[in-house]
Amino acid sequence: MSSDVVVAGVGMHPWGKWGRNFVEYGVVAARAALADAGVDYRDVQFVSGADTVRNGYPGYVAGATFAQALGWTGARVASSYAACASGATALEVARAEILAGRCDVALVVGADTTPKGFLAPNAGDRPDDPDWLRFRLLGATNPTYFALYARRRMALYGATERDFAEVRAKNARHGLANPNARYRKDFSVEDILASPMVADPLRLVEICATSDGGAAVVVTSADYAQRHGIDNVVRIRAVSTVTPAFPQTVIEMPDFATDSGVASDAVTPFKDSIAKAAYEEAGLGPEDLSLAEVYDLSSALELDWYEHIGLCKAGEAERLLHDGDTTIGGRIPVNPSGGLACFGEAVPAQALAQVCEVTWQLRGQAGARQVDGARVGITANQGLFGHGSSVILTR
Amino acid sequence: MSENATTSPAASPRPAIAGWFTIDDEPALLGNRCTTCGTVFFPKASFFCRNPACNGSEFEETKLSRQGRIWSYTDAQYQPPPPYVPRSAEHTPFAIAAVELAEEQMVVLGQVADGYTVADLHVGQQVELVVEELFTDDNGQQLVWKWRPIGASA
Repeated sequence: MSSDVVVAGVGMHPWGKWGRNFVEYGVVAARAALADAGVDYRDVQFVSGADTVRNGYPGYVAGATFAQALGWTGARVASSYAACASGATALEVARAEILAGRCDVALVVGADTTPKGFLAPNAGDRPDDPDWLRFRLLGATNPTYFALYARRRMALYGATERDFAEVRAKNARHGLANPNARYRKDFSVEDILASPMVADPLRLVEICATSDGGAAVVVTSADYAQRHGIDNVVRIRAVSTVTPAFPQTVIEMPDFATDSGVASDAVTPFKDSIAKAAYEEAGLGPEDLSLAEVYDLSSALELDWYEHIGLCKAGEAERLLHDGDTTIGGRIPVNPSGGLACFGEAVPAQALAQVCEVTWQLRGQAGARQVDGARVGITANQGLFGHGSSVILTR
Repeated sequence: MSENATTSPAASPRPAIAGWFTIDDEPALLGNRCTTCGTVFFPKASFFCRNPACNGSEFEETKLSRQGRIWSYTDAQYQPPPPYVPRSAEHTPFAIAAVELAEEQMVVLGQVADGYTVADLHVGQQVELVVEELFTDDNGQQLVWKWRPIGASA
């Protein structure tokens, strides 16, 4: 037990479209997390920042940017970029420092300010960058890929547009009670099915928006938490930051093609391998979970995640949804926070926001969206170009 | 007659990207094959084979299968942001398909040929590769590969 790393405190700046400097959101979240932990900022020995690539140089060196904004203390620092998985990677860097015995207290921060509309590649003429080329040669946006998965699900398992809308309606209900959510609006299935089609079969309100927001986590060694009387801690049992194995034969953003399977044996599909690695490290399985926060970049994608994290077999996600299993009050609530549907994506903050939600749930502090008796929670997420992200937390 | 860019006849159509596909009567995507392990890559691999069990670093160019089956499909009902180049002032939705190539055991994306919408497509449908306009600018018409349903008329 003494080698455990624990979450001592969490904090967020509400998600929205504020248009202010991302540093402000990060500092608000960091101060909230420090206050939640009861840790003086000057005691933080390591600052781990999750980078944003849409806010100039300060975003590329987010760790130092946040450390300077909070006040230089001489703490060690790291900055991590792993697209949507950046928060989990920054958390893992901090956890590794503690596990290595190099420090006892670390602060992990991610924040973003995002432009309106489709996420577009970095500017300039860059024909060597697949993320640039897919827009130029295919007109393939992020929702293009989400929609390919959704249509595939309809063809393989008979999923319907109504099923997808029901996921969105569930998450809307969950998010109503979340003060940090950007969208707190009840949507009926009919409202959702009346929303404009963006990338068939996905509609505007079923596709994650881009948001501003910030999230922070204070992690400490279990010994430190005990010595300093920090109670109600949550244990970090696993952080999975796996890459795919070769060959991957499911198309992934931003690629033009999959790997070819002609010369290699089949391997575990990437999205299945992300939580699998976390379960192995934690010595836990899907049957142990009380709740899950998964990356619902689209309504349909949430159903895929049920299967990727092992809540059910392939093709059974719709049944889980219709049985109410994944609704708060059900067997295994998914996205009790409201998920990306209610937050929109603030890229470097999002994986940390998932950890914040699971922490509040495990402490019994989630208010009207509380999952009764929550003991074990998982987060799952994937960053562009092959960054896995899954965290398992327990009481 | 003036030879300036705005009044001269447009240059002849050319691929929007060099070396990715042919534009002959039977157009094909151009990938390459590792000469050590036989893995096929599209777009072409360079320098090193990406199969972790292979130390190969030499490749031979190979044309990919011109036919495949639709793995999944969607469309773009809103105009994508740059560097996408619109073909007209008003956006016309276009379809995009992910196509499974049996011989290569891979899935390759492409726009769907002009004139087809998602209503004309289904998963498992057979398609073939064609080359059509991506956009036309002051430098002339730029071409790209697209997937066209076989046995269906636009």
